[in-house]
Amino acid sequence: MAHSKAGEPMTGAQAIIRTLEALGVTDMFVLPGGQILPTFDPLFSSTKLRHILVRHEQGAGHAAAGYARASGKVGVCLVTSGPGGTNLVTALADAYMDSVPVVAITGQVPISSLGTDAFQESDIVGVTMPVTKHSMMVTSADQVAPSLAAAFEIASTGRPGPVLVDMTKTAQSGQTVFSWPVKVDLPGYRPVAKPSAKKIQEAADLIVRARRPVILAGGGVTIAGAAQDLVDFAELTGIPVATTLNARGAIPDGHRLSLGMPGMHGTVQSVLALQRADLVIAVGARFDDRVTGKVSSFAPGAKTIHADIDPAEIGKNRAVDVPIVGDAKDVLQELGKTVAERLVAGATIDLTAWWRQIDSWRKTYPLGYAQPSDGRLAPQYIIERLAELAGPNPVFVAGVGQHQMWASQFLKFSYPRQWQSSGGLGTMGYGVPAAMGAQVARPDATVWCIDGDGCFQMTGQEMVTCALNHIPIKVAIINNSSLGMVRQWQTLFYGSRYSDTDLNTGDDTQMIPDFVKLAEAMGCVGLRCAKAEDVDGTIKQANSITDKPVIVDFQVSRDAMVWPMVAAGASNDEIQYARGTAPVWDDEKN
Amino acid sequence: MSQHTLSVLVENRPGVLARVAALFSRRNFNIASLAVGPTEHESISRITVVADAEDTPLEQITKQLNKLVNVLKIVELEDTASVKRELLLVKVRADAQTRGQIIEVVNLFRASVVDVAPDSLVIEVTGSGQKLEAMMSMLDQYGIREFVKSGVVGIARGPRSMTDKALASR
Repeated sequence: MAHSKAGEPMTGAQAIIRTLEALGVTDMFVLPGGQILPTFDPLFSSTKLRHILVRHEQGAGHAAAGYARASGKVGVCLVTSGPGGTNLVTALADAYMDSVPVVAITGQVPISSLGTDAFQESDIVGVTMPVTKHSMMVTSADQVAPSLAAAFEIASTGRPGPVLVDMTKTAQSGQTVFSWPVKVDLPGYRPVAKPSAKKIQEAADLIVRARRPVILAGGGVTIAGAAQDLVDFAELTGIPVATTLNARGAIPDGHRLSLGMPGMHGTVQSVLALQRADLVIAVGARFDDRVTGKVSSFAPGAKTIHADIDPAEIGKNRAVDVPIVGDAKDVLQELGKTVAERLVAGATIDLTAWWRQIDSWRKTYPLGYAQPSDGRLAPQYIIERLAELAGPNPVFVAGVGQHQMWASQFLKFSYPRQWQSSGGLGTMGYGVPAAMGAQVARPDATVWCIDGDGCFQMTGQEMVTCALNHIPIKVAIINNSSLGMVRQWQTLFYGSRYSDTDLNTGDDTQMIPDFVKLAEAMGCVGLRCAKAEDVDGTIKQANSITDKPVIVDFQVSRDAMVWPMVAAGASNDEIQYARGTAPVWDDEKN
Repeated sequence: MSQHTLSVLVENRPGVLARVAALFSRRNFNIASLAVGPTEHESISRITVVADAEDTPLEQITKQLNKLVNVLKIVELEDTASVKRELLLVKVRADAQTRGQIIEVVNLFRASVVDVAPDSLVIEVTGSGQKLEAMMSMLDQYGIREFVKSGVVGIARGPRSMTDKALASR
């Protein structure tokens, strides 16, 4: 960097901005307040940092995560003390569950006021301990640069995650001498391990002997930039690949080896292949209960190779035969090399019978849906059409619920980081702010947020931020006038007693709010579509608008349900292809 | 339920004990005993924690603890390779008639009387958990008015130093 070792005198607040610039930050999502004001002053004059003023701190957090997931860079947000920090908590917990590198900077009262219940004081370091990779308080200006550098190091290396840096007003207004680079002193942090050669050999032994292997690719593959390595390894061995929600796009949909998503709403071939596998090769996946169903009956006949950069994930939910600690990219490359050597030496991997079985499932139980009996639009149809018409290399962001599952099922992903959604925490409201962050990270891409009418009402205020900052995201509200996924469970498990799931946003209800009017009030273009014949035209019209954000109110049937489904807590053996219809999966005739 | 004693070296910083304790509760691990104190290095503190665990969860506990950025090193103190001690202060009802008998018990356990009043004694004893239990059961008949017990502290046998190793790996 340009500065001499001798350094430059400045305030802690100036040092925050200079450090962020030196760390290569170009965009951040911010909302000021009293205790962080000193930092907003030098931010005002920064020419390197784009700072986008959000309407709610949760929006700043999800936007930073959306930015990080779309770009692979660290997402940054800057908010004030007290409620500013506590409003961030959901977004931090979300980023923690999905291993997203986010650095959140919060203001804090001066150290002389700490612990006095001062105005807008909260122990945000304590509050966020369980939902961040690390959290720290900065009490002097001299600590600013080293603390931020450490925060970025922790957030972005190993298994990424959110880091909170609580900047006391004392640190911001104090004097320091800024120099760059700084030494990062983290004696207890050793994140990267090379995969053990011995374990790679053991894994290769199992792989060349397996007759019914499945690769279970998780979000770690995308995070590690290992998507191509995954495809290479799968092609070398011919082993089918199931991609978890967070790994969708790691292998292109339509690739002959891709099985699609496993788990509660996974494809039949993906769920059944795992249940019948004799070897599961999990890479960067954590055997989440939404993937395994009842974990004791998940893939009951399979040996397990589990590769993850976080040793604590290995053996946490599923007993493992070959544990491999390492980065997904290293693991897949090493495994590929080792298996290739075995193949040259005469080993063969003959999966003909296995593929015959899988192809028969795939043919008999393709993803599909029935037309709703109420004559209203099928939500799945809209998503299918979006997949066709969304333009070249679009980015898709989803909220949480039925629309999220349909998006994962019916969109066609062709590259990693093309898709993101709140996987682990299941945060309704993730969609709009995360799409905003993704659009900032990928200004040239068409960003489509597939949202629900419930989700949109949680964080939709950030459409104002998008409109004012020329962030032209497009939001497809799959409006079934209900909290659809909860309603689906009420239909299936609570005798159709729809307790508190009716949202009244359908055009056959009170229609509050009217999303088209709301769009216009927020400076966006609002469109509505309620008929199948208008879907293509509406999507094309939305695509043609590039100077403003667009909100499309797709009026759909509330009775549509997400299938296939494994009921919560049930074994994946009990997958239902449609209501009351279980696949015949022991049919081995063909 | 088996118990394991972990010696955990941590950076001597505010909030580190809270991180360790909170990790146990949120991961649904049980703490049987906890003791914290300084080490011979100013920058390092030592937490001795006794955890209720079967073998697999113990590995999970260790792995999760290792993920805490401020945790430097974790060693399990096995019974045969370490010395473990607790401190007990116990206030026993004692009058002219029973005082002599109680002091006999105190001597048998190599404990000591640290406070005396006309109708009570305060006894200090250190030792293993079993020794402390044995002594308590001997004193029970006289009437235990109050007691306080420290967490377990432990150290590995032999010449090697855990803190040296932790510093060397830096």
